[in-house]
Amino acid sequence: MATQAQFRICPDTGLKVHLPAQALIKANAVAAVVFLAIGGLFGLSVALTRWPAVHLLPAEWFYLALTAHGADVLLFWIIFFEMAVLYFASAILLGSRLAAPKMGWLAFILMLVGAVTANIAVLQGESSVMFTSYVPMKAAPHFYLGLILFAVGALIGVFVFFGTLIVAKDERTYEGSIPLVTFGALTAAIIAVFTIACGAIILVPTFLWSIGIISHIDPLTYKVVWWGMGHSSQQINVSAHVAVWYAIAAIVLGAKPLSEKVSRTAFFFYILFLQLASAHHLLVEPGISSEWKIFNTSYAMYLAVLGSMIHGLTVPGSIEAAQRRKGYTNGIFEWLRKAPWGNPAFAGMFLSLVMFGFLGGITGVILGTEQLNMLMHNTLYVPGHFHGTVVAGTTLAFMAMTYLVVPLIFRRELVLPRLAQWQPYLFGIGAAGISLFMMGAGTLGVARRHWDITFTDARLSFDVPAGAFLMMGLNGICAILAALGGLAYVVVVVGSILFGKRKDAPAPAARPATPPMASPIASYGGEGTLKLPGTMVLVSVFFVAFVLYYYVNWKYLASVWPLR
Amino acid sequence: MSESAREEPKHGGEPRPPVMQRILDNPFLLLFLGVTIPTVFYVLWAVMELTQIPIAK
Repeated sequence: MATQAQFRICPDTGLKVHLPAQALIKANAVAAVVFLAIGGLFGLSVALTRWPAVHLLPAEWFYLALTAHGADVLLFWIIFFEMAVLYFASAILLGSRLAAPKMGWLAFILMLVGAVTANIAVLQGESSVMFTSYVPMKAAPHFYLGLILFAVGALIGVFVFFGTLIVAKDERTYEGSIPLVTFGALTAAIIAVFTIACGAIILVPTFLWSIGIISHIDPLTYKVVWWGMGHSSQQINVSAHVAVWYAIAAIVLGAKPLSEKVSRTAFFFYILFLQLASAHHLLVEPGISSEWKIFNTSYAMYLAVLGSMIHGLTVPGSIEAAQRRKGYTNGIFEWLRKAPWGNPAFAGMFLSLVMFGFLGGITGVILGTEQLNMLMHNTLYVPGHFHGTVVAGTTLAFMAMTYLVVPLIFRRELVLPRLAQWQPYLFGIGAAGISLFMMGAGTLGVARRHWDITFTDARLSFDVPAGAFLMMGLNGICAILAALGGLAYVVVVVGSILFGKRKDAPAPAARPATPPMASPIASYGGEGTLKLPGTMVLVSVFFVAFVLYYYVNWKYLASVWPLR
Repeated sequence: MSESAREEPKHGGEPRPPVMQRILDNPFLLLFLGVTIPTVFYVLWAVMELTQIPIAK
């Protein structure tokens, strides 16, 4: 049982903060930012190599950098930050003690040792197997071992989250249902269990294969199970960043969800169906039936997409409702014009919301449609799509959340506030450009994962259209912009943690008499209105874009595969 | 009906939340569903099909 001395009350939000949970949030957030910085640097070198006029790295370095970039940003940055989100959404939002903080530290140490080990293996040059590490390509044994240690650590962290839910319920630190943000984190944790199980099922035998104990790994079985981890890990991100959208809207604007029931149902769709979208990576594999492919990517995935579209309505809707409550009721868009665009937490969140929907969301449906997938399978369109989801969507949302974590958890004021204001726009525009131009190049046939887009030494030549070179150049320029945005983020966050002015000392652990500004984040209850003309216009624009883009791709398919 | 409304008790006593809310309030039922459904429809179904591919001679 935790004593009152282990808690403090946040003077800004009124939230009851368990200090061991706070320490774990800090450790995981710092580790996340370090791996983002390392992975981002590798990502810049990859983009500059893909820019034909620059072609920065030799081939062997390119594949090394691509492997490190994938592991550092798609796994380590994201999952360290998600651990911080899980601890925040459980112990802090429920006003509870964290279950088993020592296990939380064990999880952190395992994850850190695993991530460092995998990075060392990659930098030694014998593990340039890229993020997917498809067999029969063989990495050094400690590459797989590092990933396994990281996954085991993450699983322990996830169960600390589940344990905290039990503790909070038993000790009655909340009444009724858990808050919506905690429910979003629960969704992420559930998907994480499936993800890590798939990772263990495939990486443990692959590790044994790498040290010679197992003679053979079937490549197709590997792909199926690996994508259960590889793609589902990105679905953890989706759930976590949607929870972060709701959290930022609640903390910055006092926004409540439009309807708790509807938003929870949308997360429920994620729990049931989101992981099945992993199948879109296997749509051209022989040996798996069309029934499996179409059920998993079309029918089931569309229900998960429905969940995302519900959030796409309710998050801006909750912001509009909160703004209208404050009196911004003139016209359709006064609430949006007078939103706190100078607050990097809000700006990053809203940009993430828009770009995730338009760039990552619509293109995910295109890739999940079996026929349309043939147009761009294994082209640069695929990384273009997931830079729309994971970079413009998740990473930007997590960056935005950091601007709240630094003052609320680290109790430091932000240094360089002007730079912090510009950072989400700089990074967001860069990330959007990376996504768009890679998708453009992919639509023109540029292969993914290849050092030389022209295939100059290949026996069968491939004439890349001139437009693809333009796309790759623009992709390089946008990567530089995103890297500058990423650098600005690291400078502001690290500078604030080390040199930021300390905020006032923690208050004694007693509930404040006045309602905290963030009470909507920690309570149950919706706005209960749909009088949201601005949101309805935005959603209509989204649907028109969706329908047009879907039509254009079918038209394109008809032109490359004509029936005469 | 407001967001926090509960069903009326049929025979007195504490009001019982609606079925859907009880499902959503049960994290371990959700965990079971969230792991079982993709395991059956994504992993097991695919692996069963892969095991039926004849081995090349």
